[in-house]
Parts: sequence; C-alpha cells; structure tokens
Amino acid sequence: MLRKVFPHPLLSVALWLIWLLLNNTVSFGHMVLGALLATFIPWFTSAFWPEKVQIHRPWLLAKFVAVVIYEILVANVVVAKLILTRQDKLQPGFLHVPLELKSPVAIGLLANTISLTPGTVTCDLSEDEQSLLIHALHIEDAEATVADIKNHFEKPLKEIFD
Amino acid sequence: MLEIILSVLIILGGFFTLVGSLGLFKLPDFYMRLHGPTKASTLGVGAVLIASAIYFSFSTDEISLHEVLVTLFLFITAPVSAHLMAKAALHIKVRQDKRTLNKSDQ
Repeated sequence: MLRKVFPHPLLSVALWLIWLLLNNTVSFGHMVLGALLATFIPWFTSAFWPEKVQIHRPWLLAKFVAVVIYEILVANVVVAKLILTRQDKLQPGFLHVPLELKSPVAIGLLANTISLTPGTVTCDLSEDEQSLLIHALHIEDAEATVADIKNHFEKPLKEIFD
Repeated sequence: MLEIILSVLIILGGFFTLVGSLGLFKLPDFYMRLHGPTKASTLGVGAVLIASAIYFSFSTDEISLHEVLVTLFLFITAPVSAHLMAKAALHIKVRQDKRTLNKSDQ
C-alpha cells in the first residue's frame, strides 16, 4: 500500500524539502502543498525511474559528500595554479576509467562527481557500461589519476549503492 | 569581523571565476576549454553563495537557505551540460590539441 502511494520515497522526500527551500518557509500551508506535490510528481515521472534507488549506508553518503567537497577545493587550487603558471606545458589527455559499479544511479553520480572536480570532465560511457572516458586537463601520471578516482569516488559509491 | 569574512569569500569567488574565464579564453582546444567553466561553477560560485547566505542570514534575522538550492541545481546541471558538450564534441570529431594523450578517434 505504502509502496503504491510512494513509489520512490527518496524522491518524494527530496521534492518536499526542495519545495520548502524554494519558498524559504516552514509554514503549515506550504508543508501540505509540498506533501501533495511530493506525492503526485513521482506518479507522473515514475517512467523515468525504472528501478528503485536504495541507499544502503546513509552515513557513508554524508562522508562521500565531505570527501567530494574536499577534493573539489584541492583540485580548484591545483587547476588554478596550472592555468595561471604552466599553461604552455599542460599535458591534456583522455583516460579510460574501468567501472566496477553496476547501478545506473551510481554510475551517473560518479560521472557527475568527476565532472564537478576541476581538471577532469566525463566525456562518455562505453556502450557496455564497463568504462568511462574522461578528459583530463593535465596528466602527470595517468595510472595515479585513475587510481585516485577509483579510490576516492568509486569505492564509497559502490558501498552506498551496490 | 563579518565584513572581513564576507569580503574574503567574495574576492575568493571572484578570483576563481576569473581564472576559470581565463582558462576558457586561453586554452588551446575545445576539451581543455571545457575545464574552465566547471571550475568557475564550483569554488567560484560556491564562495559567493556562502557569502550571500551569511550576509542575508545576518541582515534579515531569517536563515537564508535559497543558496543551498542554487548550489544543488548548479551541481546537478553544470556537470551534465559539460558531459553533453564533451560527448557532442567527440561525436562530431572536434579538433584535439596535438599534445593530447590517447587521442580519441571515435
């Protein structure tokens, strides 16, 4: 019963929170309106969410977000330095990151995280969903770059979603 | 004290946005230029948004959370658009700089 009303509980909660944030209020009226939207929108969009999204370890997700923010800060400074001082000596290139993740949500999040981190942009997912093609602004050690991505981003995502 | 923190955040945000724009302007090929905006939209906009949240929370006595939403939407849309542009560029075989490692020949 509950599953029928809320086919995607996480989506519903997210929509409700976003509605309250959009209105910057916690008034009762908006809570009710937000709850209605959070109930109906997932019904109409359920075609886009073929499988259930499950977060196995929420606290790991919080840790993952913290790691990503830290990596973004570090990478920002590194890339800023590269652009300002060594623009002529940059070594750009494409890298293949082999994937261990299976869930599409996790792969999407990984691709998104890679693009958010300055210095790397996800360009393509291979047809068999076995590897990501990324472009890096400056490669000093290709293997180390791939290993960094796998250790910092893929491993936690695998524990959270797979 | 508050003003100092706000100034530092805004200058920091401005600096990183400027470097991002410089990258967008000066880097040699399309793929490398893509890195400019992803940079400016994370730390650059992030610092300005934090400054905005602090300023409005203090000046209006209400906690301002709109900035959280801006960050959320930005962090979802910026990488997706970068990804789509990169994918489109690969598809139509945009020129890759001659230094590029593992040139993609799709």
